[in-house]
Amino acid sequence: MRIAIASGKGGTGKTTIAANLAQSCARRSKNEVWLLDCDVEAPNAALFLQPTFDQEKESIRLMPIFNQEKCDGCGHCAQVCTYNAIAVAGGKVIFFKELCHACGSCTLNCPQAAITEEPETIGWLQAGHSDELNFAQGKLKIGFSSPVPVIRDLKKWALQNASQEALIFLDASPGCTCPVVETLRDADAALLVTEPTPFGLHDLKLIVQVVQDQMELPCGVVLNKSGENDGLIEDFCTEKQIPILMRLPLSRQIAQVYSEGTLLIDALPELEKPFQMLADQLQSFEKQNPEVGK
Amino acid sequence: MQIAISLQENNGLDSAVSPIFGRCPYFMLYDTETGTFQIKENSAKSAAGGAGVQAAQMVVNEGAQAVISGNLGPKAHSVLASAQIKIFQCESGNAKTALEQFQQQALSSLSGPSAPMHSG
Repeated sequence: MRIAIASGKGGTGKTTIAANLAQSCARRSKNEVWLLDCDVEAPNAALFLQPTFDQEKESIRLMPIFNQEKCDGCGHCAQVCTYNAIAVAGGKVIFFKELCHACGSCTLNCPQAAITEEPETIGWLQAGHSDELNFAQGKLKIGFSSPVPVIRDLKKWALQNASQEALIFLDASPGCTCPVVETLRDADAALLVTEPTPFGLHDLKLIVQVVQDQMELPCGVVLNKSGENDGLIEDFCTEKQIPILMRLPLSRQIAQVYSEGTLLIDALPELEKPFQMLADQLQSFEKQNPEVGK
Repeated sequence: MQIAISLQENNGLDSAVSPIFGRCPYFMLYDTETGTFQIKENSAKSAAGGAGVQAAQMVVNEGAQAVISGNLGPKAHSVLASAQIKIFQCESGNAKTALEQFQQQALSSLSGPSAPMHSG
C-alpha cells in the first residue's frame, strides 16, 4: 500500500508526521516499510531518521541535441513542443533549454532525424536504512528547475525490489503543483497534514481539490499544532467528509524535540500509540474500501 | 512589408499598443504596401511558459519583417533576431500613431531585449 503525505501549506509538519509514522510502523511491522522523501528540492526527513545509505544513483534525463546540418528548418519540432522550448526562425532551430521538459516529442517527430538525445544529470538518488525502515531520497541538482523527473526516477528506482505487501510512505513537497501530483500519482491514499490557522485552512482546501476532486483518492487529516482554533479545520473536514485521524497539540515540548532532530516517538513515548493508531486507520483505506474518507 | 504590432485590444487602428509582447492579447499585421491590416489573437497569451517564444514564432510564421511593441523579453528577442526581423519600441499611443511614427522613422529600434524574463 502506498500512502502519500501532503499538506498544501509548508511548515505544517508533513516530514515530522511522515518520519515518525514510518519509523513507528517499521518497528512493529513484519512487512517491509518504506519512506521515500519526495521533497527533492529540500529533502530533510533524513535529519530525523539518520539513515545509512548503501546505494546511490544519478538521476538523468534525455535532452535533445539539434544537428543543424541535417535540419531543413521545417519547424515540426517547434509545433510539437508543448513547452515552447523550441522556435524555428530564419531556417534555424533556436532551443531554450530551461523550458525543455525532456518529453522527447521533438526527437520522435523530426522528419529529417536531425535530433538526437544525450543524458544530463538532474539530481541524485540515495537508498538505505534507518533501523528497520527502508529509506530513500532524491536531491535535485542546484540550478535545475523541475523536480518532477527526479521524483519519478526516485519512486521507480527505490521501489523496484519492494515487495507487494510493502507499506510505502511518500513524503511530498509543500504546495499543490506538479511535484506533489507526481508524488501522489499511484498512491492508494493521502494523509493531509494541516494546522488550525487561516493559511492552513486555505491551503488544505487547495490540496483537497487535488486529492479528492481530481485524483479521487481516499484521504484523512492530521491536525498538527492543535488547540483552541481547531474549529476552523473541523468545519471544513465535516463538510468534505474527511476524517481527522490524529491531533498533535501545539506544545513547546514537541517543538523542542523537533528542533533537536529527534523523533517524537523516541523522546515522548506517549506519542507512540497515537502514531500506531494513525497507521492502522490509514491501512483501512485500502482501495477495496473506496468509500472511506472519500 | 508586413509589420506586427502588439496590441492591448481589438479595436482597429485605434487599438492601444501593448506594453508587453509575449502575453499581449492581440497582434495587428499591417501591410505597408496595401495599407490593409488584420488583427489576430495571440495564441501565446495564456501559455504556461515560453509565451515570448510562442508569440515570436507566430510573428515569424506570419511573415512579418518588423515588430512594434512596448517591450520585449530576451527569448522573444532572440527568435525575432534569428529571423532578421527588426524590432521597434513604442511605449504609448495606438496602432495608428505607432505606424505614423514608424513611417517618420521616429521609433527607436531595439538591438537587444528591453525587459527581463517573465515580464510579459
